[in-house]
Formats: sequence, structure tokens, C-alpha cells
Amino acid sequence: MIYSVLYSAILLSSIGVVAAVVLFIVSKKFYVYENPKISEVEDVLPSANCGGCGSPGCRAFAERLVGSEDISELFCPVGGNDVMKQVADILGKEVAEKDPTVAVVRCQGGCEVRPKTTEYQGPKSCAISALIYSGETDCQFGCLGDGDCVNVCQFDAMYMDDNGLPVVITDKCTSCGACVDACPRNIIEMRPRNKRDLKVFVGCLNEDKGGIARKACNVACIGCSKCEDVCPKDAISMNNNLAYIDAELCTLCRKCVDVCPTHSIIETNFPPKKVKTPKPEEETVAVVKTEAKVESVNNETNA
Amino acid sequence: MLKTFPKGGVHPEENKLTSSKAIKRMPVPKVVYVPIAQHIGIPAEIIVNQKDKVQKGQVVAKSGGFVSSNIHSPVAGTVTKLDMIVDTSGYKKQCIVIRTDEKDESNQEIPEFPLKKEITMEQKDILQHISDSGIVGLGGATFPSHVKLDLKNDNKVDYLIINGVECEPYLTADHRLMLEKAEEIIVGIQILMKALHINKAVIGIENNKRDAIEVLKKAAADDDRIQVAALQVKYPQGSEKQLIKAIIGREVPKGGLPMDVGVIVHNVGTIFAIYQAVQYDQPLTERVVTVTGKNLEKASNFWVKIGTPIKDLVEEVGGLPEGTRKIVNGGPMMGKAIKNTDVPVTKGTSGILVISEDEASRQEPENCIRCGKCVFVCPMGLEPHLLMNLTEKGMYERAASEDVMTCIECGSCSYVCPSHRPLLDYIRFGKSIVKKLNTAKN
Repeated sequence: MIYSVLYSAILLSSIGVVAAVVLFIVSKKFYVYENPKISEVEDVLPSANCGGCGSPGCRAFAERLVGSEDISELFCPVGGNDVMKQVADILGKEVAEKDPTVAVVRCQGGCEVRPKTTEYQGPKSCAISALIYSGETDCQFGCLGDGDCVNVCQFDAMYMDDNGLPVVITDKCTSCGACVDACPRNIIEMRPRNKRDLKVFVGCLNEDKGGIARKACNVACIGCSKCEDVCPKDAISMNNNLAYIDAELCTLCRKCVDVCPTHSIIETNFPPKKVKTPKPEEETVAVVKTEAKVESVNNETNA
Repeated sequence: MLKTFPKGGVHPEENKLTSSKAIKRMPVPKVVYVPIAQHIGIPAEIIVNQKDKVQKGQVVAKSGGFVSSNIHSPVAGTVTKLDMIVDTSGYKKQCIVIRTDEKDESNQEIPEFPLKKEITMEQKDILQHISDSGIVGLGGATFPSHVKLDLKNDNKVDYLIINGVECEPYLTADHRLMLEKAEEIIVGIQILMKALHINKAVIGIENNKRDAIEVLKKAAADDDRIQVAALQVKYPQGSEKQLIKAIIGREVPKGGLPMDVGVIVHNVGTIFAIYQAVQYDQPLTERVVTVTGKNLEKASNFWVKIGTPIKDLVEEVGGLPEGTRKIVNGGPMMGKAIKNTDVPVTKGTSGILVISEDEASRQEPENCIRCGKCVFVCPMGLEPHLLMNLTEKGMYERAASEDVMTCIECGSCSYVCPSHRPLLDYIRFGKSIVKKLNTAKN
């Protein structure tokens, strides 16, 4: 009895010793040097693994940061400038400072303003709808409303509202850019957050001529160029019957918002305007509309 | 035992409501909308300007490359504008809008072309003529015909197969054409045989068109190089690859063309267009269109000018019946619903199908029950349920290795699925992504 215990003990410990020797030799022989800074950098990164930087995951991005000589082109949109500064401290390299951005939806064509003219009964996916035809409305540039952008958002920063349009919760948006890639119509754009999240942008992508665009959607940009004329900084350019506001040149004066006859220019998070002397009826309506919009956006941000 | 392809296939209800209706001539429309992308490949380049006067049959858009085709004016009139019009793809595309000149007599004359059997043209001229006349595959794929006939790369072609299958339910355009223009079609085949030095031609016709088989057999009696093959009724026999397999038993390799196995396939409609182009120098400006639907009173077949808005056709058959849900360009299996009735007839429009509410609605998809019906009916030997799941989960590379690209989009899988799963929708999407990945790789 005692012998069998002894035998097994000796056998097991000798296997252990042999295995230890083999493992030791192998670990020395096949040792792979890894820069300890990679782990250090990875710890600083937000571990969202969203792919917004262009690398598949934070670890891969850390490897790229450590491995590249010049990292001024690399940027973690989720961590932003703070994280990149820490990375710079660890690596002793120069990093670029970028203005924080946020996703904006450049379409206001909800159910009420953009009537449905056809119906598609296939799978609910923007990518498939876009492949088959131009969507359920007559606007072939606007939101398809099947929520591909919402599905790809890993930060719960988007949802579809009752109107059938996606909404960005700006506080949660990390500007990883997943929604921008998912949208087959390129409706979502990354725009600078500015102070207090003030933004002015054209909420329409319709390149059709004015009449056709307006027929398809009440709030379409009709390419009238009024905003271009009124802009003091030449930040607005007209291409293919469509206005575009250059965020770098825009000083957020909001003159364009007031002149737009179809209210297709969106302003967010501005305090409500003081209504001065009585104005023509239509314009008062416009101001009321924008106020309502601001309120709803504000609620969103606080939520 | 009649011939057919061995793998898969379905038997949809035939509903050939208009097979006994002779082809009528549509009145010349007041305005025609001629899209510049009516064929597969590069869109044609517009060579007319606004306010230009154009003659009937004049080239208005020139072929934009090798895989492209000329486009001719179907009427004599004035170009009123170059506009963007929603076409069958559902998107707005460049279009030439021509207002018909009602005083011009050439619009009113009904073309009479007596049978001309003698082929005087030289081989080289024949091919040039086909290319210049803007002839594309009229079966629906609209592949430019001269590309198929260009045998530069030493492919030995020994068989010419004529596709008179028309396996799509409802459509009878090819059927009527075969009945009414049998002699011309035989001459058209002889023209192609002369041009390509082929000595064997087979016309494939499904057995539900026995009258057409008889008529063509009689017409081809003098020429023992041309045979008529009666085929079993099975969808999708009109697909090139399935037809070749059914008639001569050759299998087109994966990603290959019929040319690789020494075969050229042309639709009967294309053959008739070639006959007109070579014997009478007529460009392709009109085609046979079946306008049909169970609720249409005056459903029939028509000679329609390319560019005629579909609403004109609908009016011709007595307007849209109540409860119409969908208007399909093509047949019920492979056709595509159109966005509105302003969409013009193009070279690829073989039929206009008006479907009512209860026929058109799709049922809610349910879970896959692994019955394997889709695998059983797939004529290409694919596994549609797997391809759909892979696409849905974003596993495009795996889908590519499961040969998603060989899918011919016949829709048999979606047709038989007892759970009403949108198999083809996803497979088509998967194909588009794999195509993009492949071009990115190269």
C-alpha cells in the first residue's frame, strides 16, 4: 500500500520536474520581446474596442501607437485629447490635438413632412433598401429610416424617434464613426462640438431641383442660395442645388437659419431667441418651431 | 422524357393569360423618356442637345465603351430636355425627353417588312450592324449583344442556343413573337450562324408552348442545321446556364461564360431584333411587352416604343383596376416593382404585371425550420438558408467561400420557403458586399 503511494508521488513529481525543465527551455528559446509600453498605453486607452481609430480594437491601436515613429495622424476619437495627451506622455511623442466632434443627422424628413409613396415589405435594413430602390419616399437622398446606424452604435448613443428618424444623444456619442460608415446615404456627418455643443448645419442632402425636392419633402433644401448670400463669412457653399456649411468657417451667427424658407438649416442647443417686434406671420412660426426643436434637443442632452 | 436541367427548380403557377392575344401596336406616345442606361455596362453618352430635332431611328446617345450600346430615338420629334427620371432601378437616372412631332409622317407609318430570306451582308458587316443598332439581350438581362458575338479570344463556339423558354409566369411576349415571326426568327438564326461560322443551332422552348414549337419546327424544316428542342416546364429554365445544361448537357464553369463551353445563347427577341437590323437596317427602338394581371380586362401583348411611360400602357389596357398593390417590371419571379407609372419602358422590359393586394403582400418571416426546401430547389446547388444567415451576421468572406457569387437570383428559394424568409433579399445584399470586397482586393 505504502509503495503504491510512494510510486505515484515519485512518478508525478518527476513528470513535474521534466515538464518544468522543458517549459523553461522553451520559454527562453522562443522568448518574444514585447514592448512593455504597449500594455501601458493600452491601459490608458478607453477599452471600447469600437474601431473608431481605424484599428481592430484598443490593443491593436496601442501596438500601432508604440510602433509608429510619427503618431500625429493617429487619434482615439473616444478618448479624445485627454487620452491622447496621456499617450503622448508615456511615449514621449507628439500627438495631434483635435477638436472634439459629434455625429449629426443631416435629414429632417420625418413621416409628417416627407410622405411615403411606396412600401417595401422586405427586411428592415437600410443597406438592403438602398440596394433595391430609392426608399419609401420620393426623396432618394434622405434617411431610409430602418435604423442601421442605431444598430451599429455600441454606445447606445442613438435611437429612432417616433418620426422615423435617428436621433443622436450627444452626451453619449463618442464620435467613433460607426454610424457614418453604416449609413448608405451618407446622412450622418461628424461635426465639431464647439462650446456648449452649439451647432448649425444643413439638415438636408437632396440634390434635386427645388420644386422636385420640395414636393418630396417639406423641409428639403431647395437650393435658393439665400443662406449663401446672407453668410458674412462665406462659410456656405452651394453644390448641386444643395447648401453646405463649412464648420471651420462658420461663426455660429445663425443668420442663415432665419433666412432659410424651408427651415432646412438646423441649430442645436442655442438659447431661445428673444422675439422682438411683431414680424410677418410666417417667420414667427419659424421661430416657434426652432425653439421647440432646441428644447427637445436640450432634454436629450440632459437625459 | 423531355429534356430539362437536373438540379433544383420550381413550378410556379403559369398564369399565361395573354398567350392567345396577338401582338397589338401601341399608338405612338406623345412624349418618350429614353434613359441612357438601358443595358448592363457603361451608360451611353448623350450626343444631342436640348431643342434638337431628331429623326426616327437617329442615334441620340452613343455607346460609352466596349460593354455599352447605342441608343436611338424611337420617334421623330424634338428633344425637350435632358432630365433625371426615376427608372426601373428606383433611382433617378439621366434621361432624354423627346416630344413626338405629330406632323411627321414617319411616326404614323406602321413598319411593314416582308420576309427577306437571302442574307447578302458580309460577316464583318453583320457584326458591325448589330453593334451599331444598339441591340442588347432582350430576355431581360440587357447584356450588349455585340459583346457576346465578339469571339476574339479563340473560343471555339460550336453551338448557338436560342432561348424561347420564357419560364417566367404571366409573360407571353416571346411566345407571341415566335408564333407571329417564326420565319424571321429562323432567318435571324441563319444570320448569326453565318456571322459566327456555327453549324448547329437549337431553339429551346418549354412544352407549354406547343403551338410555338410546331410553328418553328415547320419554319426550320428547310434548314437541317436548326433544331427545335421541347423542354419540360420548369423555372428557371430560361437562365443561360440552366438552358445549356438542359439542351446539350454542358456545364458552364463557376464564374465562367457560356463561351467557355463553346456555346452562345440569345433570346428569340434579340434574334428578331438582329434580323431587323441586318436585313432592314432597323435600330432597336421597339420591343414586345406583355401587359398582364389577373384583374386586367384587356391584358395583351404590345409592340411598344422604347421610352413609352408605363402609364400609357396601363391606360391602353383599361387603367389600373381597383385594389392594385404593385406594378412589376418583368415577371413575378424576377421582376422588380416600380416606384410610379412614369417609369419608361426600356430595352429590358419584357412585361408589365399588375398585382392586386392579396397577391402582392409578403407574409411575416418566421424562423428557419431547417426543412431544406431552399437547398432542394436551388438550380445552382447552393445553400440559400446558409447564405442568408451568413449575410445577416456579416460573415461575408465565409459567404464568398460558399459561392454566394454564383447565385443567379432566380428567387426559387424565397418562393418555396414555408417560413417566408427573405432569402433572396439577403443573398442579393451579400453578393453586393462580396463584389465590393473583391474589387477592393484587386
